[in-house]
Formats: sequence, C-alpha cells, structure tokens
Amino acid sequence: MSPLDVIRTSVYSLTANRLRAALALLGIVLGVCSVITLMSIGRGSTDRITELIQGLGSNLLTVIPSGEPLTLTDVEALRDPLYTPSIKAVAPQIGTFGTIHIGNSATQASITGVTPEFLHVRNLDMGTGTFIGTPHVESLAEVVVLGAQVSEDLFGNQDPTGAEVRINGRRFRIVGVLASQSGFGSMDDQALIPITTAYYRLSGQRIPGGDISVDQISIQAKDVESVDQAIEEIETVLRLSHRITEADDFTVFNQQEILDTFDEANQTLVVFLGTVAGISLLVGGIGIMNIMLVSVTERTREIGIRQAMGAKRRDIVAQFVTEAVFLTFGGGIIGVIVGIALATAIDGRFLIGTEWSTRVTSDIPIIALIVSIAVGLFFGIYPAVRAARLNPIEALRYE
Amino acid sequence: MGDGSIQVRALDRVSLDIHDGEFVAIMGASGSGKSTLMNIIGCLDVPTDGTYHIDGQAVEAMSNDRLADIRSRKVGFVFQTHNLLPRLTALANVELPMMYGNWPNRRQRAERALGLVNLDDRMGHRPTELSGGQQQRVGIARALVKEPSVLLADEPTGNLDTTNTVEILQIISDLNHQNGITVVVVTHEQDVAARADRVITLSDGQVISDESRFSPQAA
Repeated sequence: MSPLDVIRTSVYSLTANRLRAALALLGIVLGVCSVITLMSIGRGSTDRITELIQGLGSNLLTVIPSGEPLTLTDVEALRDPLYTPSIKAVAPQIGTFGTIHIGNSATQASITGVTPEFLHVRNLDMGTGTFIGTPHVESLAEVVVLGAQVSEDLFGNQDPTGAEVRINGRRFRIVGVLASQSGFGSMDDQALIPITTAYYRLSGQRIPGGDISVDQISIQAKDVESVDQAIEEIETVLRLSHRITEADDFTVFNQQEILDTFDEANQTLVVFLGTVAGISLLVGGIGIMNIMLVSVTERTREIGIRQAMGAKRRDIVAQFVTEAVFLTFGGGIIGVIVGIALATAIDGRFLIGTEWSTRVTSDIPIIALIVSIAVGLFFGIYPAVRAARLNPIEALRYE
Repeated sequence: MGDGSIQVRALDRVSLDIHDGEFVAIMGASGSGKSTLMNIIGCLDVPTDGTYHIDGQAVEAMSNDRLADIRSRKVGFVFQTHNLLPRLTALANVELPMMYGNWPNRRQRAERALGLVNLDDRMGHRPTELSGGQQQRVGIARALVKEPSVLLADEPTGNLDTTNTVEILQIISDLNHQNGITVVVVTHEQDVAARADRVITLSDGQVISDESRFSPQAA
C-alpha cells in the first residue's frame, strides 16, 4: 500500500463514525491543551522568578558577618579599586526596627541605615524626591526615604516629601519616597536613613576604635562575568583586613546561587505540572486505544474483505495505526491551538488568588505535537496488530 | 501440472486438477467440505496435510504475507453477501484490491472491469444505491480487476432473486466463455451448477462425483 492509499483509507474509516472520532479526539485535545497550558505556566513562573531576582541585579553579592563584625573600614577597603578591580559599588547597611509616627498615625517599619550607593546597588528607583546623599551621611542628618508601602500607610496618596516624621522619638525630614517594587527583596516596607544616623542615633551598639559596624554589605560586581572574580577579591580583602589565617568570619552570597535555588524549586514545579499534564494525555491515549479496539471489532468483516483482496498484515497495521495517529495528531493540533489561546488568555490575569504569568515558547507546541503522534503510535499499535492477526476466514464470516 | 493450472489435493484424500479456462461448480450439502475446499483454493487457508499448487506454486509452506500476495495476484473472490465497502462508490470498491500491490492505472482498470459487467452507468453509485444484482456485479468486477488466475465465487447468487440470479450467472458464463477466465463456483443450487463445464460433488470431505460435460477447449 502506498502512503497515500494508507492516508486515504484512514480518512475513509474515520469519517465513518464522526461523533466517535470527535470524542476520542477530545481526550487528546484536553491532554495536549493541559500540557501546553501547564508548560507555559511553568515557563512563565520561571521567567517571573528570574525577573524578580534579576531586578536586584544578577551581579549582586552580599557579605554578612559570621563572627567579627564588618565595619565601615572594611567597606573602605572593599572600595579600593587597586584591590577590588571587579567591584563597581559597595553599599553597607544597618538594620533596625522602629515605629514611625506622624501626628496620630503610626506604622511599624524596618529602618535601614544606608549610604548613597544603596540606590544603585539594589536597583531601586525613586518615586518622588531624592535619595540619601553623601552630605547626609557625613553630617548624621536626620532625613528619611520612605518605602512605597510605608508612605501609603502614613500619607495615603499624598506626596510626603518635606514632611516630618518621628522615628523612635527623633524627628526626621522626609526627602524622598521609593518607587514601589514588587517581589524578592522589596524595600516597600522599609524606611531608609543615613547609615551614620542609624548607628549613632538609633542603635545602641558601639564597637571599640570608633568604627561603625554594619550588618550587611551589598556589593555590585562590574558585570555578570566578573562575579566570581569579585568574590575572590572580596575574600582576599576581608581576610587581610581581618587578619584571617583559618576560617572566614564572613560569608559572601552570590545572587546567582539564590537564583539557582529558586530555579531548582521551580523546575520541580514544572516537572510536577508536566507529569499531571502527561497523565491526562495518557488517559486520552487510552481512550484512543479503546476506540480503536471497538473499531477493529466492528470492522472485522471489512478487515476480512481487505485480507481476501490481498492486504498483508503490515497493510492492516499501517491502516489502523495511521487512523490512531490521525486522531492523536488532529487532537494535538487542536490542543495546541486551544492551549496557546488559554495560556495567552490567563497571562497576567489575577485568578484563584494568584497572578498568572505564562510564556509559550516555540518548543512547547513542537514537543506537544511530537508527543501526541507518539501517543497515537503507542496506543494504536496494539489494536492494529490485533486487526492484522485476524484470521481472514473467520473475519469474513463475522456478522 | 504446468503453469496456469490448479492442482488440489485436499480434504480427505481429495485430489483434483482445475485447468485454465474451466468453469467448475463445487456442490455439496453444508458440512460436506465445500467451504474448506474453497478456502484452500482461495489461499485463505492451507491444507494441514497434502499440497495445493496454484499456477505451479505450492502454498502450504507459505507465510501469511506470501499467502496474501498470492491472493492479491491470483485469486478473485466473489462473495454471497457481496462484501462491498458500504461508503465507497462502485468504482472505488473495484479499485480497492489494486491498492494492495500498488497497481498503476487503477481507475482505467476499474472502469474496464465495470464495463465487463455492464455497469458503466453506475460507477459513481454506492452499494446502497444499487440493486442486489448490481451489487454482485460490482463484486464480480472487483474480483476480476486484477486479472486473477481464478475467479472464486462462493454462492454468488445465494442472496439474489431469480431474475438477478439469471443475470449474474449469465455474466459469469460470459466471462468464462468469452474472456477465458477460470471460474470456480461453490453452490448448492442445481441451476447454478448447470452452467458449469464440470461439476464436483462433495460429501463428508470426499469427492463423490466429478463430471465434465465438455472440455473447456471445446467451449
């Protein structure tokens, strides 16, 4: 039988029972549709996580003390381009909690002491006003930059720039408000003040030698490629300045590592979603097999006639497998169209308590179509072989 | 036994030759072994013991695919119940066997075969749009289209009324006489057997009579 004959014969057979073919097809449509949708959701959430973390800057490194405190002296050492050529900016910070008062309203916020570099290193944008400047840091100025949420809690939609608030009893002038920023490492619930002010005016701790201890140092590497080099430089500088001979008394975190951790978790999610979708496709495939078995029984006589006319086993197998593949491939195409439409429709929508983000990459429909053909082959082969094994004499006698 | 002859040694010590161009009727009550003999002649079945040669080829050791190949090239089946595919036109039904073996010029061949059974004007009709006699003529055209060594008809008029029976028998006779096609008809009807050159009667798996009325050459 020529391939054209096989195709023609299969179309002839499938059109014999359109409703049944359509129902069998529907199983595959749903399976492929869910594969497409769930894979797009998986891709979308990967993108979203990557985007959120890269919002912080993928070339961001964080140093925290794990023994001796980190100090502004360390910060100055890290800023020396002679020793740290791969570092672009260094932003130390001190964190404390506090209550911010304005009139009768009050809100709890994280008060973070920072330097001007913080804005760029942490990829922040100003909503209104200006950020903390070097003069503020040098003069222990009592100025504050509010996070978007803090500002809204205290002032609603009004621009609070210039207003005064009390933080732990001290008067601070608001110089700016940060633009709202969602996701990982958001500053929305923070209030930022000069690091010196935070240290001398709000925190009670002091270290010997008149230095300022910091809780964390955010460091921006020159670019993504120089991250590893930057880590080495940081370690060298800090080991020297801390006179370390044995274990480090600080830890350097790489943004990329955090990204990888999230990515790994997300991959698990994608695999899980894929498995669920795969199961529905499997169920669709079993539906196809069922229909094909019924069809073989019903068409026993036709098979007998074809055998008497000289059809070989492989001709009969080809005919029935092609029918099954037609069903699954047709279902696959419809499923791809419906799935892409669905994935596009829910993208960016807020449904069932989450904001959905989907991305249909070109490999998804290709994979889905290949899988749907494979399902047809896999589930079509058994009914086809059964058809081909029929004894022509009995098949011709079948009523 | 030369090329173009059919030798059968089947059933219970049954031995017979069917020659090229013969019109043979096989008769017998049900259970006499008619069907088995027909299945063996048609290469749908192989004898469990003994040999059967078609066109000089022994079939008993053949694989399923080789048997299918022999059926495809050497046997044309005509069934009692026509066995046409209901949703194909007469022409497409006749073209069907040529699909197996990738025959060229199928349409022309099918048209010619339908012409031989006087159905030129019904080619585009589906079986349900045809009378029983017309359906059987399509069946005969389908059996003929590959120019087989033998036209094997199993009770070809069993489902037909008298008029159609006469018509079908006439066509089969004409094909045998005018086109020299070898015909084997399995029947239990005397008037069908009366058309044949040779009548073989079976009973309990044995040939109880084998009468030739005249030689095929004389036809």
